[in-house]
Amino acid sequence: MNIPYSRREFIKLVGAGAASAALAGCASTPEIKKPIARVIVIGGGFGGATAARYIRAWGGGAIEVFLIERNTQFVSCPLSNLVLGGSRRIEDLTLGYGKLRDEGVVVLNDEVKAIDAGKKRISLTKIADLNYDRLVVSPGIDFMHDQIAGYDAEAQKTVLHAWKAGPETVALRRQLEAMKDGGVVLLSIPKAPYRCPPGPYERVSQIAFYLKQAKPRSKILVLDGNEDIVSKKGLFLAAWNDLYKGIVEYKPNNEVKEVVAKAGSVKTDFDTFKGDVLNVIPPQRAGNIAAQAKLITSNNRWCDVDWLTMESKVAPGIHVLGDATLSAAAMPKSGSMANNHGKIAAAAIIAQLTGVAVDPQPVIANTCYSYVSDKEAMHVTSVHRYDAEKKTLLPVAGAGGVSAQRNELEKSYADAWARNIWADMLG
Amino acid sequence: MKRIVSAVALAALCAPAIGQQANPNSGRNLAAACAICHGTNGVNAGGLPNLAGQPSDHLAKQLRDFRDGKRPATIMHQISKGYTEPQIEALAAFFASQKAR
Repeated sequence: MNIPYSRREFIKLVGAGAASAALAGCASTPEIKKPIARVIVIGGGFGGATAARYIRAWGGGAIEVFLIERNTQFVSCPLSNLVLGGSRRIEDLTLGYGKLRDEGVVVLNDEVKAIDAGKKRISLTKIADLNYDRLVVSPGIDFMHDQIAGYDAEAQKTVLHAWKAGPETVALRRQLEAMKDGGVVLLSIPKAPYRCPPGPYERVSQIAFYLKQAKPRSKILVLDGNEDIVSKKGLFLAAWNDLYKGIVEYKPNNEVKEVVAKAGSVKTDFDTFKGDVLNVIPPQRAGNIAAQAKLITSNNRWCDVDWLTMESKVAPGIHVLGDATLSAAAMPKSGSMANNHGKIAAAAIIAQLTGVAVDPQPVIANTCYSYVSDKEAMHVTSVHRYDAEKKTLLPVAGAGGVSAQRNELEKSYADAWARNIWADMLG
Repeated sequence: MKRIVSAVALAALCAPAIGQQANPNSGRNLAAACAICHGTNGVNAGGLPNLAGQPSDHLAKQLRDFRDGKRPATIMHQISKGYTEPQIEALAAFFASQKAR
């Protein structure tokens, strides 16, 4: 496989002075195909795919966009808990990159080995090195298994996290199906911050939904490393009480420190707990390529960014999106936020490449739905506005909130969210 | 070479969206946040109303009514409170300018 693009000379654009003169000639200027710059996006998830699509669209086709993604298809983490519950199949959450290609994004199925920020070049496993003018890194998360004793490669064969949607999601569903009635599913939640704050509690609900129907004498034991339910607390507690009484047992302040895979048990500081199915979600950090490129700035885990441009605080010209970022105040690590990060970056990159001032006041909104059964869902939402003094995105006071109650209407909106955000990122 | 550079610059500046970058509160950028539920450029992919191509006054009134509690909602009363009057106007104008499909 080879790429028909050789090294391309960066063409510096004219400054603001020449811009007005140039605009006057627009009407009679034929379309010119030669790109003004190349942007490479690493990672085709909610952040990266959105950035690629919007740079292409908002750039009017004048910017060449490469999207590097190691998987041939996108599998959505949002809604993947429904595969565990049984109301969706993994195929329903699996989408291709064909439409992005049709829109002019060069999608390459490859993995980035290294980023050379000085030379503005990336090296890959299958194809030759590629140069860029600006780079977008949207690596998602990787797991810190080493923070939990015994959670080694061997243990990981049977103790799953399923916190990236795909084969592990399907494998965990099979473990649930294989479990005897009367068994215990043990689910452990790492300390925040982690990907998708309400996600673990949605998973509790979906597994309880499955158990209630298929294995009613079984239960799910939840060991939460946090001192309380991290998101939508009242709504989740109401759902568990109304729908899954006697099935869900929730224990806060129980951080799992050790996995004993062969014994089917986990240890916290004070206790040992046994389960027939162990679903241990480890602590997380920015994806490996962010570490390789030295983009991680905080606590060996997250990448601090300039929220006007999503540009790394330590690597000019490299924009970091999504869960990998050191989250702004009250900003969740969510697909909705990653999608919005992609748009801030897209607008900023086009402005930077064309010598125009970046939008000084971005406003973005987060919406996260959680499904508590096959019929009902609920949301949390917030609006985040740039604060020029504090130089960060802050939640707008008085805006946002959670559902008044879970219901079927919200479930239909949750379905609509999924359809629309998938189409917004992938075409 | 000089001719190529200026031609390329022209092409970039002629792309319709780029000129809007000069506007600090560009409706395009604000409206992009709505796409996660309402679809790219307000063209809905299913399950919610299209915003694209609706009259600007109508859209702005809906946002204000949500904000002021005059129109019941599950979520829009919470989101609409996050936007200023000029931002509501910019959002409404942007969606009104989009082609419904």
